[in-house]
Amino acid sequence: MALTGLEIYKQLPKKNCGECGVPTCLAFAMALASGKAALDTCPYVTAAAREALDSAAAPPIKAIKFGNGSVIGDENVLFRHDKTFYHPTTLIIRLSDTLSDEEVGVKLQEINGLEFDRVGLHYSIDGVAVVHESGDAARYAKVAGLVAAGTDKSLLLLSSDPIALKAALVPVASRKPLIGEATADNYEAMVNLAKENSVPIIIKAEGLEALDDLVVKAQALDYKEFVLDPGSRTAVQTLENLTHLRRLSIKKKFRPFGYPVIAYTSNSEPLDEIMEASVYVAKYASVVVLNTSVKSHILPLMTIRQNLYTDPQKPIQVEPILHSVGDVNEDSPLYITTNFSLTYYSVEGEVETSKIPSYILPIDTDGTSVLTAYAAGKFEPEKIAEAMNACGIADKVKHRNVIIPGYVAVISGKLSEVSGWKVVVGPRESSGIVSFSKSIS
Amino acid sequence: MSVTLVKERYSSKVGEVVLGATSDQGGTRTSTVTVGGDSTLPFLHFEGEMQNRPVIAMEVNDIVPSWNDTIKAQFGDTLSNPAAWAKKCVDEYGADLVYLKLIGADPEGENRSPEDCARIVKEVLSAVGVPLIVAGCDDDEKNNEIMAAIAEAATGENLLLGLAEQDNYKSIAAAAMVHKHTLIARSPLDINICKQLNILINEMGLPLNKIVIDPMIGGLGFGIEYAYSIMERARLGALANDKMLSMPMICTVGYEANRCKEANASVDEFPGWGDLQDRGVLWEAITASAMLQVGASILVMRNPAAVSLVKKNIADLMSK
Repeated sequence: MALTGLEIYKQLPKKNCGECGVPTCLAFAMALASGKAALDTCPYVTAAAREALDSAAAPPIKAIKFGNGSVIGDENVLFRHDKTFYHPTTLIIRLSDTLSDEEVGVKLQEINGLEFDRVGLHYSIDGVAVVHESGDAARYAKVAGLVAAGTDKSLLLLSSDPIALKAALVPVASRKPLIGEATADNYEAMVNLAKENSVPIIIKAEGLEALDDLVVKAQALDYKEFVLDPGSRTAVQTLENLTHLRRLSIKKKFRPFGYPVIAYTSNSEPLDEIMEASVYVAKYASVVVLNTSVKSHILPLMTIRQNLYTDPQKPIQVEPILHSVGDVNEDSPLYITTNFSLTYYSVEGEVETSKIPSYILPIDTDGTSVLTAYAAGKFEPEKIAEAMNACGIADKVKHRNVIIPGYVAVISGKLSEVSGWKVVVGPRESSGIVSFSKSIS
Repeated sequence: MSVTLVKERYSSKVGEVVLGATSDQGGTRTSTVTVGGDSTLPFLHFEGEMQNRPVIAMEVNDIVPSWNDTIKAQFGDTLSNPAAWAKKCVDEYGADLVYLKLIGADPEGENRSPEDCARIVKEVLSAVGVPLIVAGCDDDEKNNEIMAAIAEAATGENLLLGLAEQDNYKSIAAAAMVHKHTLIARSPLDINICKQLNILINEMGLPLNKIVIDPMIGGLGFGIEYAYSIMERARLGALANDKMLSMPMICTVGYEANRCKEANASVDEFPGWGDLQDRGVLWEAITASAMLQVGASILVMRNPAAVSLVKKNIADLMSK
């Protein structure tokens, strides 16, 4: 978050020497605030002031990158309606090193299969957490190797034993796994291991006070690629900690907590676990580690994640070109709708259910719904006629009937005039399409 | 260094609304349900209180519904008998309230008379002791007729009556006022209309603690994020002392979630989505979970398996 000129001025030497090229320190501070000058031109600024100014200019929550394209942190708001949430929660499935080689293979296959397509979007699971529970360092390294070979997803290596972790990490360091956990007992060895291998590391402590202490100590090792774990393992405590950490980093710029946060589910029943995870996805967890890897469990969780991380100012849109559903032919009906993804897929879903091969032409309304677009003058008969011409529908069907949404029945006369097609007023809600389609066929 | 936590100090809280009335209060309910009263964002017990936990109303229809079989199977043959169905919801599945939807009143369907509707409401009232929410069909004019009859027949029960909307609220608000019921004010995902409607209803003389907001949510995957943000803003408004946004909120979770294809399509049709059983349950339960995170007080639900998950989630989040 940018500082004001006055806040910067407080940190300057106040010599008014003019060596920076600006007559006074206050004027220099103003120039810095507006980005017209660089702090380096002042020869007298102290190291402490430089640090304070640099960190104040840094984003409130550091962006941490690991694995296969996972980016976590770098958020600016507490409520999505204030701007947007930027980096969707990274979802990781837990895999214990107590599994046999064969079981590891089965689990990996299940995890790799967690890819979903719905309403034109593709979701896939982000990573695998290899958890050291066997007590055997060699076994842990072996399982980490098996997992690395068996998936190209992001890796999280979890062990409290620096020796086991090192054995597992070194062969896969090029995959840039997230590792953990550094605790009060082992943080020096752990953070140095992370530093040597340039991978991010989880800092774990019980409670926020202890976490603050440990982060400050760990930062003193001159490394800052951290992910925080406040140690809570119940839903209500984790929700509380996630809220405190996000608020302190954003509202107070409390630097020790300016890192992404990881949450672990505690419910052992898979469905309860997904419910718990949905709370963490909604409330600020950057990474959630899950046990279940069943498709029907993960799809609803990934859907709520996608929904909540949608930019409220930019509705998701479909391409405004002629779409076809089913095996279309020259008798297929033509439906008109808008390119707002929710609107389009509601129509497409119903048309699909009707089992009648059909064309759907979404009009480019900047991703607004039918009534919103109509009210804003983006769903005008001329525009629709133009889109019908441009898509070449006239050569694809032999009839000249076009179906419009019931809510814009009022444009039917004009549309029929400008397009030369017969305009059929469809149902108001897409849920009426199935019975409507029977009446026209 | 010590950590100074950020605790918000809110100037106000969500209003409390009481549903139902016991025999002392002129009704026949065995207990009442109080919702609202929160002086904090949902489940943040460190800076305020959630005096009343969110409650679950299970949906009962006056005709056999066209729901998917995984839900219907859990109700067995009670589906054709609203009273028995309601009793099963309460006794077996632990519903806090019963949400009776009178689809049979629809002039294009069964076209049930107002007297018939009132009789069904009475039957359900005598079958269960929990407070009742009563909603009509899709026809505004017909709803006004049946609600007048129901409000009168159930005088003293303090029903939660639905639905008052911006262009049709007067007769139902009058019925609620005269016969001392509580009212659902529904607005189409629009916080300005929501507020305006509450003002209009309040101006007729219905007190603010007799109104519950229905923000008309979207289901998971189909616009839930719009409802999420509108409810979050409404809750922040209530805490900042905006009286016309201070009512508890009711969400039609079961209806919206089970409209989605993901809650109904079999695994044979969409192998990539996994088994329908758990997917359908979670589709409804996650819709509820998201609404709980932005301040829902009453969740209207269908699938008993989803109800039990949401109850557990609420219990987890209410434990201190």
